[in-house]
Amino acid sequence: MKFLRMTLVAALRALRRNKMRSALTILGIVIGVAAVITTVGLGQGASEAVQSQIRSLGTNLLVVVPGTRTRGGAHSGWGGASTLSVTDARALEREATGIRAVSYIRRGSAQVLYGNSNWRTTIQATTPSYLDVSDSAMAQGDFFDERDMKNGARVAVLGGTLVGQLFEVGEDPIGAVLRIKEASFRVIGVLESKGGSSFGSDRDDLLLVPFTTGERRILGATLPGVVEQIIVSARTGASAHEASLEIEDILRQRHRLRPAQENDFTVHSQEEIANTMGSVTRILSSVLMGIASISLLVGGIGIMNILLVSVTERTREIGIRMAVGAKGSHILVQFLVEAMILSMIGGMIGIILGLVGTQVIAHFAEIPFVFSPGAIVGAVLFSGSVGIFFGFYPARKASNLDPIASLRYE
Amino acid sequence: MNPLIETHGLAKEFARGDIRVLALRGVSVSIQRGEFVAIVGKSGSGKSTFMNILGCLDRPSEGKFVLEGQDVAGLSKDERAELRGQKIGFVFQAFNLIPRTSAQENVELPLIYSGVSRAEQARRAQESLERLGLRDRSEHHPSQLSGGEQQRVAIARALVNHPQLLLADEPTGNLDTRTSLEIMKILMQLNRAEGLTVILVTHEPEIAAFADRVLTFKDGEIVSDEPGLSGEGVLPASLPEEKEAKEA
Repeated sequence: MKFLRMTLVAALRALRRNKMRSALTILGIVIGVAAVITTVGLGQGASEAVQSQIRSLGTNLLVVVPGTRTRGGAHSGWGGASTLSVTDARALEREATGIRAVSYIRRGSAQVLYGNSNWRTTIQATTPSYLDVSDSAMAQGDFFDERDMKNGARVAVLGGTLVGQLFEVGEDPIGAVLRIKEASFRVIGVLESKGGSSFGSDRDDLLLVPFTTGERRILGATLPGVVEQIIVSARTGASAHEASLEIEDILRQRHRLRPAQENDFTVHSQEEIANTMGSVTRILSSVLMGIASISLLVGGIGIMNILLVSVTERTREIGIRMAVGAKGSHILVQFLVEAMILSMIGGMIGIILGLVGTQVIAHFAEIPFVFSPGAIVGAVLFSGSVGIFFGFYPARKASNLDPIASLRYE
Repeated sequence: MNPLIETHGLAKEFARGDIRVLALRGVSVSIQRGEFVAIVGKSGSGKSTFMNILGCLDRPSEGKFVLEGQDVAGLSKDERAELRGQKIGFVFQAFNLIPRTSAQENVELPLIYSGVSRAEQARRAQESLERLGLRDRSEHHPSQLSGGEQQRVAIARALVNHPQLLLADEPTGNLDTRTSLEIMKILMQLNRAEGLTVILVTHEPEIAAFADRVLTFKDGEIVSDEPGLSGEGVLPASLPEEKEAKEA
C-alpha cells in the first residue's frame, strides 16, 4: 500500500516532467472516450425516440389487409384482392376473444371545397370505433357515432392539415359545411395532430366520414361491403401475436381456405414494425460505437507509443532505480501506473466532454438525452484497461532492462 | 569477525556472438569492514566486471561471493535488488542523477523501494544532504548544480540508506583536479570517521593513492595486492586552505 502511494507519487512526478507530452497523450484518450460516450448516448436517445414514436401508434394494433390476387401468374401485390368485407370485421368482433375493438376502413381521394378554398385529400370511410382503435383523440368537437353510421349522416371529422388548408387562422371549423363530390358535409370534429409518421407521410392530411356515407356518397359502391383494411386493437395484456393467430383462424374459416391453401389476407402488427425499427437503431448505434471505439484504440496506441519512447529515453533512470534497490516489479508497476494515470485522467475528461457533447447534439437533433450510468462505468473501466493493456508491453520492456547496460546507456 | 566481502575463484564469461570472453578468471580476495580499497587496472582488465559483481548488479558464472556471511552468487534478481537497496551505496562517474528532479527527490530514491514512510524519507534525505553540505541545494535540479555538487548529491543518495559498503566507480572521472580532491576527501572522511567500507575503481594513480589498499587487475586476475599510500603525499597543502574557504 505504502509502495503504491510512492509509485503514484513517482509516476505523477515523471508525467509532470513532460507536461506537453502527457497532455497530448491524454488528449488522445479524451477524444476516444468522449466519442464512445457520445455515440452510446445518442444511440440510446435515438432508439428511445423511435420507440416512443412507435408506441404512439399503439403497439397492440393489428392491421389486416387483403392478400394478393393471382391472375395468369401475375401477383397483384398486397391488398390487391377484394377479399375482406364488413362481415369479416363483424365476425372478428363477435368471435375473437383476444380483441378489444375492431374498425375497418376504405380510402379514396377527393377534392374538398369550402368557400373559396379547396384541397385534395384522403377520404377515409370508417366506423365510430376508429377513434379508439387507432388511439386517436379529438382536438375539437366530436367523432361520429353509431346513429350517424346507421343513418348515413353527411358529417365529417377533419385532420389538422386539412383544417389549416381550408380555414383561416382562428376560424372555427365546427359546423362549417364542406362540399365533396357535389354532396355537402357538416364538420363535427377535428382530430388531434399525430404528426408525421416515421415513414414521412403526413398523418393529419385526411378527412373521416362514416363508412356507410363514404361508400354511398364519395368512394362509390361498386363492391358494397368490401373494406381495404380491418384494424384491430388487441386486448391490453394479451399478446398481439396471439391475437393475430386468432384472427387468422377466424378469417381462414370464413374464407373457407383448405389447409394447403395460402392465406388470402395478411395480418401486420405494430409490434413487428417496432421490433424492426428497434433492431435498425440498435445496429446503427453499435456501428457508430464501433467507429468510436477505434478512436479509443488509437488513443491507447498513443499511450503505448509515448511509454515506449519514455522507456528508451529513461533507460538510464531505470538503471539508477534498479541500482538503488528497485525490483523489476517496481519498475513494471511504475510504468503501468503512469499509463493508467494517463488513461484515467483522459477517461474522466472524456466522460465530461462526452456528456456535454451528447446533451448539445441531443438538443439540436431533438433526441431525448438519455443519461446512462452503465456507459460511464464502462468508459472508466475501459479506459483503465486501455491503460493497462497498452502500458503493459512498454512496462515489461522497462522492467526487463539490464541494470548494468542501462547505467551506461547514452 | 567475518570479512565483509569474500570471493573464491570468481569467474565471469561473456558471449560476444560466437566468441567467449573470460572477463574474470578466478578472483579470490577478502575485504574487511572499514577498509578503503582501490581497484586499478587498464580498461578490459576485468575491474568493472568485478565491481558489478560486488555491487550485486551482475552474478558470476562461477565461484563464490559472500557478502556479510551470505552467499550472493545464488540469489535471484529480486533478492539482489533488495540487497543493493539495503547494503550497498553506488557512486558513478557520470553521477547518474535523475534529470529534472530535485536533489531532495534524488536522494529519497533508495528509500522509496525500502518501504520508509514519506515523512521519514524527507527527514533522512535532508539529513544526508546536510551531511554533505548541500542543505541549501535540496530543491535544485541536477542541471542547476556544478559537477562537484552533483557528485555530492550522488554520495548523499548512496549514504541515505546507511549502507555497509560504498562502491565508487571512477567517481572523479568527470571532475577537474580540485573538485576531484574534494570528493576524495569526502570519501576518505566517511571511511575514517564512520568506518564505512569504501571500494573505489579508478585508473588514475593519484586517486588510487587515497586508498589504504590497492588491488591491481590484469586480464581478469588480481596481479598485485599492496597497501596504498592512504592519502599521504597526495593530500596537497591546498586542502587545509580549501577547508578554511568552505568554513568561511
